[in-house]
Formats: sequence, structure tokens, C-alpha cells
Amino acid sequence: MNEHIKPPAAPRTLPRESATFDAYTMSEIRRAAATGIYDIRGAGAKRKVPHFDDLLFLGASMSRYPLEGYRERCGTDVVLGTRFAKKPIHLKIPITIAGMSFGSLSGPAKEALGRGATAMGTSTTTGDGGMTQEERGHSQTLVYQYLPSRYGMNPDDIRKADAIEVVVGQGAKPGGGGMLLGQKISPRVAKMRTLPEGIDQRSACRHPDWTGPDDLEIKIEELREITDWEKPIYVKVGAARPYYDTALSVKAGADVIVVDGMQGGTAATQEVFIENVGIPTLAAVRQAVKALQDLGMHRKVQLIVSGGIRNGADVAKALALGADAVAIGTAALVALGDNDPQWESEYEALGTRAGAYDDWHEGRDPAGITTQDPELMKRLDPVRAGRRLANYLAVMTLEAQTIARACGKSHVHNLEPEDLVALTIEAAAMAQVPLAGTNWVPGQDGRF
Amino acid sequence: MNAGTQTHAVDLARSSVRELNATLHALKEGSNASLWRVANPGGLHAIAAGLDAPVTVEVDGPVGYYCGGMNKQATILIRGSAGVGVAENMMSGLVQVEGDASQAAGATAHGGALIIGGNAAARCGISMKGIDIVVKGSVGHMSAFMAQAGTLTVFGDAGEALGDSIYEARLYVRGSVTSLGADCIEKEMRDEHKAQLFERFKLAGVDGEIDPSEFKRYGSARQLYHFHVDNASAY
Ligand SMILES: Cc1cc2nc3c(=O)[nH]c(=O)nc-3n(C[C@H](O)[C@H](O)[C@H](O)COP(=O)(O)O)c2cc1C
Repeated sequence: MNEHIKPPAAPRTLPRESATFDAYTMSEIRRAAATGIYDIRGAGAKRKVPHFDDLLFLGASMSRYPLEGYRERCGTDVVLGTRFAKKPIHLKIPITIAGMSFGSLSGPAKEALGRGATAMGTSTTTGDGGMTQEERGHSQTLVYQYLPSRYGMNPDDIRKADAIEVVVGQGAKPGGGGMLLGQKISPRVAKMRTLPEGIDQRSACRHPDWTGPDDLEIKIEELREITDWEKPIYVKVGAARPYYDTALSVKAGADVIVVDGMQGGTAATQEVFIENVGIPTLAAVRQAVKALQDLGMHRKVQLIVSGGIRNGADVAKALALGADAVAIGTAALVALGDNDPQWESEYEALGTRAGAYDDWHEGRDPAGITTQDPELMKRLDPVRAGRRLANYLAVMTLEAQTIARACGKSHVHNLEPEDLVALTIEAAAMAQVPLAGTNWVPGQDGRF
Repeated sequence: MNAGTQTHAVDLARSSVRELNATLHALKEGSNASLWRVANPGGLHAIAAGLDAPVTVEVDGPVGYYCGGMNKQATILIRGSAGVGVAENMMSGLVQVEGDASQAAGATAHGGALIIGGNAAARCGISMKGIDIVVKGSVGHMSAFMAQAGTLTVFGDAGEALGDSIYEARLYVRGSVTSLGADCIEKEMRDEHKAQLFERFKLAGVDGEIDPSEFKRYGSARQLYHFHVDNASAY
């Protein structure tokens, strides 16, 4: 062998990242090592979970005839609170705006939500931190949340509300309380919450004066007494054990039950909580509906589903599975202008991108929505943003009607599980509809 | 009560809490001062909840949960014991319990005064937001948990974890405290605090009978006001 001739270099494998230790995971390890505190962020679960995308409608065929697209009526209205309330709520569309706290959102954002919802004949919801004039003044129908923290809770606002929502949990964090970091505790927010300005505020995860369904029944009775049995009382739960939570809410006397899946947004929660606690919206709907059916209460106690609702197809699928209405949080914020590419350079300056921005707790939102900074807030024109939300709600409604008509339904509530099939075995099992092209419904023996 | 006071009697053995509350809610501010005597409360819930008028309600016996809940303006005297959450979220007025009170007495209340003649169970004054609570006996564990504003005055002892995660409320305890919760510390009793305490004695009608200097004051160390790695074990 000639010593001067090098052997050919051994072929090398390509650099390979671990599926387990992927780039995001490693960045989180480095972040944790540097700071010693868990990651807090807004928005819902970002991992991929079985969702409404995994369902399809069958549409009409020989044995089912469709309704004429623009000619034949397809109703969208919904009445909430028919069980006990003297004054149930009538909404023109089955899409409501979910509870988002003033504090997490700016005053103009709350006003815009009110304007958009009112234009479309639907409701908005307060949130942790109390009721603002911006929201009450611009919302024809306003649901007042009754949360563990009871920040800003007072009987005058309860009487001004059109319904009361007792919040037991949220899909993003079933079992978790709230947090609002100091940057967002402006003088106004602090005053409404009776807290010192600028502190990192925690809100309790459990109600201070009741625990468990038997107590809740008495609590609901008290709220009804205070409001002279006029207002519908909702109970909101994070999707965890939806069959039992729904049944127990019925027992406790709820008029309406809100079930929020793990994709549901939050203003600020630990990342580990958002991604690892709770179940997907898809997995929760049928269980909740089954509980209502088993109790003979389906359509008597209304069911609102939320967590990752984005378009009219999602609405139609939730309704077909048995919900009476849906609620949207994240999508409504995006409609207002959250994460808009027009602020790309500013998102980059914050170390993120339009579409990925989720540090809503930091209060530096370039779009002026999840902030209490007076300058940033000015960027959101509540009239124009409200208009965008109304447009978006109109599109979702038209989309849901399009699907309902294709399935031959004269009201979106006439959609039913029989109109659906699933693309994956997981979705078929969760939604209890057949895998597409088969008549196989995994686990259809009555057990969950 | 002045000469113009009208007295009404309601017997809860004959009429319902709903009827009682509906009648009381119909009383508007400025309507004549009136005294309502409620007989046979029998531990029923939500008695005199949601009042918003300067009336006096005397309940002759024990009440269930949430008596006087969200009260505004009214004076509610309970000649017996009170169940969970008496005067919860009260805004103003006075609720007085002659006997003992169950858990979460005065929870989240923003204003007014709650005077408890006997003991109060766990979580007395939880998340209180401005109310003045005076307990002539002792209070149970986790009292003044996350207490934000107002005062809790205890003539007897306090149980475990008093004032856990407390914000700006002030706690005055005459007897022993089993343990203090996270971020709650004993603080110096200055003259202003003694004066404040004296005002609470007046509320409870015992001014002159007790010496403020027998009390210790507790409040927030304000160490948990900001998330920080060194506090991780306290979260
Ligand atoms: C910014 C923000 C603030 C929120 N604040 C509250 C709140 O105060 N109370 C509550 O029950 N849920 C709150 N939520 C959750 C919503 O009510 C709702 O459950 C969720 O947003 C629905 O899921 P979606 O965002 O995928 O539509 C909040 C959500 C967001 C995005």
C-alpha cells in the first residue's frame, strides 16, 4: 500500500435530531436551566390531538335529499337556559364568545368582542377580574363569570348580567387557577381585583365557599335567589371526566353546561399544564351528550362546547355530535387581529413570529389585544375589530348552514351523529361514529 | 329602631325562602326602615341573600349555607349558628351570628362587618376583599387564605396555616396561632393598629372590655408577590 494515498473517507450519516429530544424540547430544557421557573404562556394545547378535522360529513345521497343552498331555510338560532331561568337567552347563532378576562385582554378588545357579538346576535362572556363598562355597554347579551377568585364580583354586576357562568374549570388547565403577571396589573386592573399594582397575581383554583357537587347545588340555589331565578346559570368545566362532570352539573341544577377541551385557550398558564392535563374537545363532546341523554336532559339542559373551534365545519360537527352551541376564544382574538402578520417585525423583536406569538401574559402584544399598555391598546380600533369579528362569525354561520343544508337539515340543530364518519380509528372511537367506509364504531358496547 | 319602624313576621315553616327573599328584594332604598323577624329558619340555605336595602332581618334560629350572601346595606342578625359561607361576598351592611359559623365565613366579602359570637370553622375570611370580620371565639385552619384586604380579628385562637398566601389584609389574633401559612408573618403592633383594633371592638360591642395590646398582628411578608425561583417551594 502506498502510504500517501488516503483511504476514502468513511461515509457519514446525516445529522439526526432526536424525535424525543426535538429542538423545542431542548430549547425548553435550556430555558428551564437558565431561569429555574416553569414556562408560562397563553393559548391552548399546541400538540396535535384528534380533533374535528378527523370527522367528515356524509352529505346527501339517494336516501337523503339536500336543501337548496340559498333558497331553503336553515335555522341557526338557539335558546339557552330553558330549564329553570325565568329569562332564557335567545341567540341568533350558535356561536358564543367565551369568557376572557379583562386584565388578560384590554378594554378596547373587550369592547370589540361586544360589538362583534352583538352585531351577530350572540353573547359575550366576562372572565376573571370582573365586568367592565366597555363590555357591558357594547354587549347586548353578556354572561357573567363566577370564578374561584371572585375578583370584582358584586351583586350589582350580577343583576346587570344576562346569565351567570360558574367556572369550575377550563380546558387549558382543568384543576388550575389563574395567573396574571405584574406587567398587566395596571392601576385599573389592580383596583378591580383589590390587589396591589404590579404584583404577579395568582387566582385560586378552587371556589372558596363550596367544594363538590352537593355544595354546588346549594351555591346555584343562592345565585338563583340573589337574581330572583331570572338568569340562566351555566356551569363551565374543563374536559377531564365529561360524562360525570356533566351529570353532576345537571344534578347541581345547571341550566347550561359548558365543556372546554384541552385545545381551549388560556391567558396565562404553565406550558406543562396546557399540554398534559385534560382531554381533547372531540373526546369530550360525546361523553357530555351521553350523560345528558342518559338523564333525559339532552336539549333541556343546553350544552356549549369549546376548545379549538375555528370554522363553520367545526361548529357543524360539534352540533352534530349533540352540542347546542359552541364558544370561541382564540379564534375571536385572531379575528380581532391577534397574531396578524402586519406586526411581523415586532413579533420578531419579541423572539417569535406572527402565528406563534403566545406570550399573552407579558402584556406586550403588538396587536394591542392581550395588553394593558395604554400605547399598545390604542392600536386596536374596537369598531373595526368588532366589524371583523362580526364578519368572521357570519362566515362561520354560513359555513355551518352550508353543511347542514347539504345534509338536508332545516336547522343546524338537526345535524346528528348519523351525518358523520371518522377518518381515523381514534376519532371514530372518541366521537362514536363509524370509521369512514365502514360501519365500525370502535368500542361501541356502551362503555367509555 | 325608630318609631317609624315597621315590624313584619315571616315564618319559614309556612312560607318559603323564595317568598321571603322576593319580598326583601322588593324593598328599595329609601323605603321605610323595617324590621323583619324570621322564625323557623331550620338550617335553610340562602336566607336573606342578595339584599340591597337598609332593613334589619332577625333570624330566630340556625341558618344553612350562604345566609346574607352578597349583602348590601342590610343588617342581618342570626340568633343561632350559621352554615357555610355566611355573608359571603358581602359588600356593605352588617351580619351578626350569635352562635358558631361553619367554613368560609365572610368569604370574598368586599365590605361591611361580620361579627361571629362563637367560633368560626376553617377558611374564615378566605379571599376577603375588604370586609371586617370579628370572631369572638376561635377560627379554624386556613383562615384568611389569600386574604386581599380588610381585617380579621380573632379573640380566641387560630388554626393551622393562618393567612396563607395573604395579600394586604390585616389579621389580629389574641390567642395562639397553630401555624402561619406561606408568606404570612407576625408584624409590629403600632398605635395605628391598636386604634384600628379598637374600632373593631366597637363594631362587636366590646370596646372597653378588651385591651388591644393583648393581640398580635399578622400580615403579608410580600415575598410571594413576584414569581421567583427561590420561592418555588412555596407555590
Ligand atoms: C386570553 C384568554 C383569556 C381567557 N380567560 C378566561 C377566563 O377568565 N375564564 C374562563 O373561564 N376562561 C378563560 N379563557 C378560556 C376561554 O373561555 C375558552 O374556554 C377558550 O378560549 C376556548 O378555546 P379556544 O380558545 O380554542 O376557542 C380565556 C382564554 C383566552 C384565550
